[in-house]
Amino acid sequence: MANPELFKDLSSRRLTWLRFKRHKLALVSGGFLIFLYFIAAFCEFFAPYEPNWRNPKAIFAPPQEIHFIDNQGDFHFRPFVYGYSLTINPETWVREYTQDPQQTHSIYFFAKGQKYQFWNLFSAEHHFITTASGQYLHLFGTDKLGRDIFSRIIYGARISLSLGLIGVALTLVLGVLIGGIAGYVGGRIDNLIQRIIEVLQSIPTLPLWMALSAAVPVHWSPLGVYFSIIVILSFIQWTGLARVVRGRFLALREEDFVVAARLLGASQLRIITRHLLPSFMSHIITTATLAIPGMILAETALSFLGVGLRAPVVSWGVLLQQAQNFQVIVLTPWLLLPGIFVILVVIAFNLLGDGLRDAADPYGGHQS
Amino acid sequence: MATYILKRLLAMIPTLIIISVIVFVLIQLPPGDIISANLAALQQQGMEVSTEQIEALRAQYNLDMPLPLQYFHWVFNFMQGDMGYSIKYEQPVNTLIWERLGYTVIIAVASLLFTWTLAIPIGIYSAVKQYSFGDYLFTVIGLLGLATPSFMLALILMYCAYTWFGISVGGLFSPEYAEAPWSLSKTADLLSHIWIPMIVLGTAGTASIMRVMRANLLDELSKPYVVTARAKGVRPLKLIFKYPVRIAINPFISTIGWLLPTLISGEAIVSIVLNLPTTGPLLLQALLSQDMFLAGSFLMLLSILTVLGMLLSDILLAVVDPRIRYE
Repeated sequence: MANPELFKDLSSRRLTWLRFKRHKLALVSGGFLIFLYFIAAFCEFFAPYEPNWRNPKAIFAPPQEIHFIDNQGDFHFRPFVYGYSLTINPETWVREYTQDPQQTHSIYFFAKGQKYQFWNLFSAEHHFITTASGQYLHLFGTDKLGRDIFSRIIYGARISLSLGLIGVALTLVLGVLIGGIAGYVGGRIDNLIQRIIEVLQSIPTLPLWMALSAAVPVHWSPLGVYFSIIVILSFIQWTGLARVVRGRFLALREEDFVVAARLLGASQLRIITRHLLPSFMSHIITTATLAIPGMILAETALSFLGVGLRAPVVSWGVLLQQAQNFQVIVLTPWLLLPGIFVILVVIAFNLLGDGLRDAADPYGGHQS
Repeated sequence: MATYILKRLLAMIPTLIIISVIVFVLIQLPPGDIISANLAALQQQGMEVSTEQIEALRAQYNLDMPLPLQYFHWVFNFMQGDMGYSIKYEQPVNTLIWERLGYTVIIAVASLLFTWTLAIPIGIYSAVKQYSFGDYLFTVIGLLGLATPSFMLALILMYCAYTWFGISVGGLFSPEYAEAPWSLSKTADLLSHIWIPMIVLGTAGTASIMRVMRANLLDELSKPYVVTARAKGVRPLKLIFKYPVRIAINPFISTIGWLLPTLISGEAIVSIVLNLPTTGPLLLQALLSQDMFLAGSFLMLLSILTVLGMLLSDILLAVVDPRIRYE
């Protein structure tokens, strides 16, 4: 930092925030993620359609483009899309949709559209974007049943993004608890926990996940499957975090301030919660942030293979299940759009985690 | 050294025993078994199956025994090389498994080599030329590689290979070589197919190793001995490769063991997309149809491979790093 005198009166939390703010990429990523989580929380409102609503006029239809200027060259203040006109290719018998300039479907904001149950609490019908009834809007195209990909991605965000967060929360609890016990108690318990971690880590992850999720009964409710997938993913993930926590505990246990607290008669619980945990909380938060993308990718992979979440649940992995072979990329590349969102979210979490790590490291000042 | 290796070998035994218990529990977890699943299918077709027949089938696969006994039966047969019988494929597991496992190992090793030959030089470059254009470029590419689900990368590569080179790239062999005996041209055919799974699998690893290499080397480069050497006029190339690189590379040798399970995991999904004759697709099928001997053998063998990989990396590390004591 340029002038240490300027910073000496600031609290450590304020210093961390100042260091974090210098990471423009991490800042942008954080904003992007908050934005996505916000949309996911209110997905009923932001999605123009219900995830399972079918538009019989559009099967495997390509994305529509938003226009402001119509084919007469007139400018419209209200954006609009062109409707589809269907032709069947006489040689290949493939349905081909072209955007028909005769049909203009205006886009309305905060207007009434399909009815929906908001958070299962009350029914509402206002959408962020929608069209007049009888008209349709497919910004990301439709799938084989004529379902709107854009709406499905927004609904899928709720499942995929929350799964990452809840999964990491569970991982965190398991990892901190078990790693903390190993590091603080030490001795034989530590040895035992170390062996367990080694065993769990030496089973290849994906086959293990596949085996566990294949064991989830078919007749379970979607919510049951959702939580069992979370438990399955956390079941492996905690081991890495537990090692980190253990290492930190071992190192900190002998530090002067901990010894002092012990000599002053502080209880074990107090030492752990007041002295040990705060001193590496930032480190744990960083590790957790970097673990979220792993969770999201794992869910995507499992659902893609058909052993993760199952329809009618909509997650990004479930959506990508439709892109199993490469004819999809040739004929209907927009089915891969959920994958773009997976990539963006994973990158954003990685950048955010990097930023947090640098910000939380009080010795990192020399880097700039 | 020999005692060290022996000790590590002995330490593997309890690990493998616990893994075998976990694997056995895993394949027993799904409710019902393949007999009842097959039975339901037969009854749907209107076939009558008598209870005696069912009991006979169960007895044939030892399914009528209490679970602990089933476990010991399975483990002892496994150790004698008899991995049981795949009910779904109606073949002994042994005939199904070895070739596929071989291809899995080939692909994993190829990806490992690909990862290293790419990641370590790039990591060195990025560290030496920190904050240069190339450093940023590789960081961006690395992030993309890390974030792209492997099956998507596989689909995209397949598409590129199809549109640019006009070759269909599923599988490991062209149709005419699939059943042919091994020959030079078959090996060449394998090499022309293996690069796609190799790139797909290696990419995520390359991205992370690249970053670790960069960070490690940066730590080393700022140490006083490097500054001293530079001040004394040691040539830049020699300066970098003589000490800092050798130290920065150490962690990779110790993590070969950790990389192998990742590669084998990744291989499972990529080979399903690319339709490779490896363990992944068969394992998925076995798990879905509760073909327990097949699934169990796969899980067990893959775990053994991983444990062996870790042993290998421990030994390598002990050879490379004289600071490690053999206690």
